[in-house]
Amino acid sequence: MTVALETSHLVKKFGGLTATNDVSISIKAGARHALIGPNGAGKTTLINLLTGMLKPTSGRVMLGGIDITNMSPQKRVRLGMVRTFQINQLFGDLTPLETIGLAISEQHGDGADFWRVAGTKAGVNQDIADILDRFRLADVMNTKTSILPYGKQRLLEIAVAIACKPKVLLLDEPAAGVPDDERHEILTSIAALPKDVTVVLIEHDMDIVFSFSETISVLVNGGLFTEGPAAEVARDPRVKAVYLGESLDA
Amino acid sequence: MTEPTPTAKLATQGILARARWHPLEFVFWIVAFGSIWFAPNKHLILTEIAWLALFALSLDLILGYAGILSLGHAAFFGVGSYAAALLAKHGIVTEPVLALFCAGLVAAVLGFATSFLMLRGADLTRLMVSLGVALVLRELANQFGWLTGGADGLQGVTMEPILGLFRFDMFGHNGYVYCLVVLFVLFLAARRLMASPFGLSLLAIKGNPLRARAIGIGVDMRLVAIYTIGGFYAGVAGGLLAQTTAFSSLDVFSFDRSADLLLVLIIGGTGYLYGGIIGAVIFKIMQDYLALWSPQYWPFWIGLVLVVMVLVGRDRMTRWSEPLRALVNRLDWRRTPS
Repeated sequence: MTVALETSHLVKKFGGLTATNDVSISIKAGARHALIGPNGAGKTTLINLLTGMLKPTSGRVMLGGIDITNMSPQKRVRLGMVRTFQINQLFGDLTPLETIGLAISEQHGDGADFWRVAGTKAGVNQDIADILDRFRLADVMNTKTSILPYGKQRLLEIAVAIACKPKVLLLDEPAAGVPDDERHEILTSIAALPKDVTVVLIEHDMDIVFSFSETISVLVNGGLFTEGPAAEVARDPRVKAVYLGESLDA
Repeated sequence: MTEPTPTAKLATQGILARARWHPLEFVFWIVAFGSIWFAPNKHLILTEIAWLALFALSLDLILGYAGILSLGHAAFFGVGSYAAALLAKHGIVTEPVLALFCAGLVAAVLGFATSFLMLRGADLTRLMVSLGVALVLRELANQFGWLTGGADGLQGVTMEPILGLFRFDMFGHNGYVYCLVVLFVLFLAARRLMASPFGLSLLAIKGNPLRARAIGIGVDMRLVAIYTIGGFYAGVAGGLLAQTTAFSSLDVFSFDRSADLLLVLIIGGTGYLYGGIIGAVIFKIMQDYLALWSPQYWPFWIGLVLVVMVLVGRDRMTRWSEPLRALVNRLDWRRTPS
């Protein structure tokens, strides 16, 4: 199988602090991969390095065999590296319809059209509708995002990312803060993501991690602690120790 | 081609709703053009309202849509004003409409050049940078007296007839019609622009630049584009002032002008294109009446009104008009029942 996403010897230093320490990860196309680690392990920094929000101190990032280390965030998105956010990052004044429409227009490369009334491309509208249906947002498509229920906003967060036609999708704690009764909607949506999309899940909730992922990488103190198939990582006593805060020598 | 699904039909309607004309908008422009006939003795102040409205519209494009805060928008207004006056004075471009377009272009070039400064930093930085640019330009205009007339202003401008047909008369009738038509045409263009994917993407950038980047929007280039367009609009507004008064002075660059403009936009509301126009009408009429009623202390009353408005809050003001809006929406014969 081909490799969708690869980092080699990725390092990020903030002054004296090493937030990412020599991380080399290789994720296969179509994988369901989880990235876990205790607070401060450098998960967020790693995502920012992958998506281009931060520039690495050294090391490389490869997406589908292309070196994207020095590319701008928006260029990476067009190549298929898309993320969601742990805390909703949506456009409060726009509706879900417009938000998804924007993402699709950008993907088609006509987001800068300035003399065409938005909504006059039938194909685009159909694409928007499909995503709205898939993420159960059709009934609220014309509601301002800022007044949507939190669970719907969480769904929109993922729907927008899917609208960008990702090859690699980075899900940053997709179910964070969602009440239990709306949780299953998020989880079904994640489970139903297309198989050809490589999904990297960053999550604290171990139930979600083990129900969803096939392979797991564990980050500790900025470095790669261990990785492997989900079942193996689950059994690893060292991982338990890290998570429960126990000393390894004890 | 396959038949669109029901959701797709709803989606199409939903997106197009942004571009659709509301009945009130027709009423608005009918009243605006009606003023040519029913208020002939008010054309001088209406002319001022028209170019101020266009100026405010230009600020709305960058502030209300793209979220760029500026305290130096007079820079573009001033450059447009001097450009129009100089073109007429030296007989370079004598036909007013063409000269006006050139004045807008000059301001647009300035907008493009300074937009890269505006990309750096957030609101406070932008306020300072825009303010600085306007101050620098004012001083340049002051220093290059041989070109601009310096502190005395640029005198001896004679205007040719508009399109070679309509003279600028002393009562300002033709001048007003001219300003109003320019305002309307540029308003239509802005309306079209803001209903496009480009316009939507600006709202997205204003709402959340981080996410805008994360869905692949080239944020910087969009901001450069709208700042340039905003410069063009402001330049045309300044050109209108110069052409209708056949004069230009350092005052076009003044800080007061930029600050007043923000007030105009706050009064009318940002981000729906009419805010600047409505704000200009209220601001000028208020200024006019207060100046008559209290010739010495009118700035005090304007200040008081503004403080009250801010205290009451724009949210509450829109709520006052809610019943009216609901009525208007019921009257909208094309609205599909939802």
